[in-house]
Amino acid sequence: MADIQISNLVKTYPGGSERATDDVSLQIQDGEFTVLLGPSGCGKTTLLRMIAGLELPDSGSIAIGGRDVTYLPPNKRNLSMVFQSYAVFPHRKVRYNIGFGLRMAKVPAEEIERKVQWAADLLQLGPYLDRLPANLSGGQRQRVAVARAIVMDADVLLMDEPLSNLDALLRLTFRSELKKIVQDLGTTTVYVTHDQSEALSLGDQVAVMRKGRIAQLGDPLDVYDAPADRFVGGFIGSPPMNFMDAAVSHDGGTLVLGEQQLMAPSILRSFAGRDVLLGVRAENVTVRNERSSGDVAATVLVVEPMGSTILLTVEVDGHTLKVQAPPTFRTAPHKTIWLGFAPNTMRVYDRETSMALEAK
Amino acid sequence: MSTPVDTTPIARQKRNRFLLQAACIAVSLFMLIPIYLISLAALSTRDSLNQFPLSLLPTNLSVETLNAFLGSTGIFGALGNSLIVGLGTLLFAAIIGVPAGYAIARYSFKGKDPYQLFLLFTRALPIVVLSVPLARLFLTVDIYDTTYAVILLHTALALPTTILISASVFLSVPIDVEEAARLFGCTPLGAFGRVVLPMALPGLAAASIFTFVMSWNEVLGASILTLDHRTLPAQVLSSLSDSPLAYRFAGGFALVIPSIIFIALMRRYLTNMWGSTIR
Repeated sequence: MADIQISNLVKTYPGGSERATDDVSLQIQDGEFTVLLGPSGCGKTTLLRMIAGLELPDSGSIAIGGRDVTYLPPNKRNLSMVFQSYAVFPHRKVRYNIGFGLRMAKVPAEEIERKVQWAADLLQLGPYLDRLPANLSGGQRQRVAVARAIVMDADVLLMDEPLSNLDALLRLTFRSELKKIVQDLGTTTVYVTHDQSEALSLGDQVAVMRKGRIAQLGDPLDVYDAPADRFVGGFIGSPPMNFMDAAVSHDGGTLVLGEQQLMAPSILRSFAGRDVLLGVRAENVTVRNERSSGDVAATVLVVEPMGSTILLTVEVDGHTLKVQAPPTFRTAPHKTIWLGFAPNTMRVYDRETSMALEAK
Repeated sequence: MSTPVDTTPIARQKRNRFLLQAACIAVSLFMLIPIYLISLAALSTRDSLNQFPLSLLPTNLSVETLNAFLGSTGIFGALGNSLIVGLGTLLFAAIIGVPAGYAIARYSFKGKDPYQLFLLFTRALPIVVLSVPLARLFLTVDIYDTTYAVILLHTALALPTTILISASVFLSVPIDVEEAARLFGCTPLGAFGRVVLPMALPGLAAASIFTFVMSWNEVLGASILTLDHRTLPAQVLSSLSDSPLAYRFAGGFALVIPSIIFIALMRRYLTNMWGSTIR
């Protein structure tokens, strides 16, 4: 087990004009589960591959457990990894696959046998040890890949979208199983995904990446509740955060949304008279059929019952919003409903830079 | 009341299936009939070959003709030479061609595309054009009229296909399996030997079939580069014009059989590789 220090990592692929990672720095504590989250092409996989030694950076440094590994080959880094495509060795039985890393490390045979058995029991692979991977289902193959990675006692466990090739139901069950396994192991883990629900549910800290840079690094709930910019708010959450153009009144006490007014969060006192971008999550909007004081009128466009909630697409002052209503709420398209915004759940962003506004 | 069922599409499907089957049989017969005829002739007595009409069924089997052919001077040695040249070519082509194919598959380097094109240029030159200067060169370095000379020529001829086939074979081995081996403690060479090579073996076996059969059948270069140490086809060719009909059939038979046996042995690996897509 070890901590990871990544400093000013720059990587440009040969023939590429843009930096795959652009001066990325990241600290990962010993035993911490860090998720690199972002859309495809954001540099998250490149960053992971540089930690693994499968790509070499143009400049910057990576230290694992205080040891510089920036340009060390992968087999000298004491890592283990779960690949997106499983990457099990198809010509070898499950038993050999799981014990592969230990065999390479010249661990005694009885020790290998014991650890393989332990990992197989943990991942319910016991009956399949003498099968070839071709005779396993996709989910079982992924279990083999995880077993192969966890027997290693590695300093760092790397995972590259390990759940993305599983079907939806399996992904959900295996996700919680994976979380428990990694928690019990206590190994420092770096996990790459483009699925924001995976990132929120698994990570101790989440690094949201965009265009080769880390847009926000923090606790999953912080990242969800207080996105650092419009991109993070739009990327995390299902449905994504709603954004509306608004103006702060001259006394700083209210937000002006077209012809309607809202109570402004207290941090806006220092931004009186400015145009801002208002961000609010669907579940933080209260939906009512009768007007209450401070409410904003909205026109219903689409009604989508989701079982536990009803998802409404509504229009306010030319902006389309997604809001959540309790399952008992009744409305229909074209009707007018009333939305209540709690000031402390509103986030405000600069309209030009899209960055969150902080109280001065 | 139900609407009448239009059975035309399924009838058409049945007809197409029948036509496909017929085409398969026709192609197979096209390949098999000559082999059958030559085997029949080689295994018949000399007299029955001169009968009219010729019997198309194996009624008069004997190994007399074949024995006479194998007993004639130089044939046994030539058979040995052919085997040495074929296997030697296989070895040399593998030693040079497999790493080259791996490099093309895995690394991007300057001049990769022109390099791949240049590879094929060896095959663009007629063998005669290659062989005559080579014969001069081999005379000066004193390996003329040896199996080495023929091995070197055949290796050069086989390399383009060996390299390009093994490159495509290595491309079909997923790179992340190799990366996994590296991450779990293998050196680059170790990852190649433990993971990539075993996975590529079926395809490489296929490439070796082409190499061996090419070498076995090549006659022009072998004839030019040797006098007393001829390979089988060169030997048969040189004595073809002044030999009886039976001898020619026996020679043809002796030429066909080893490559068929070799293909049959390697076929297991072929179906292994393509079995999942073609079956």
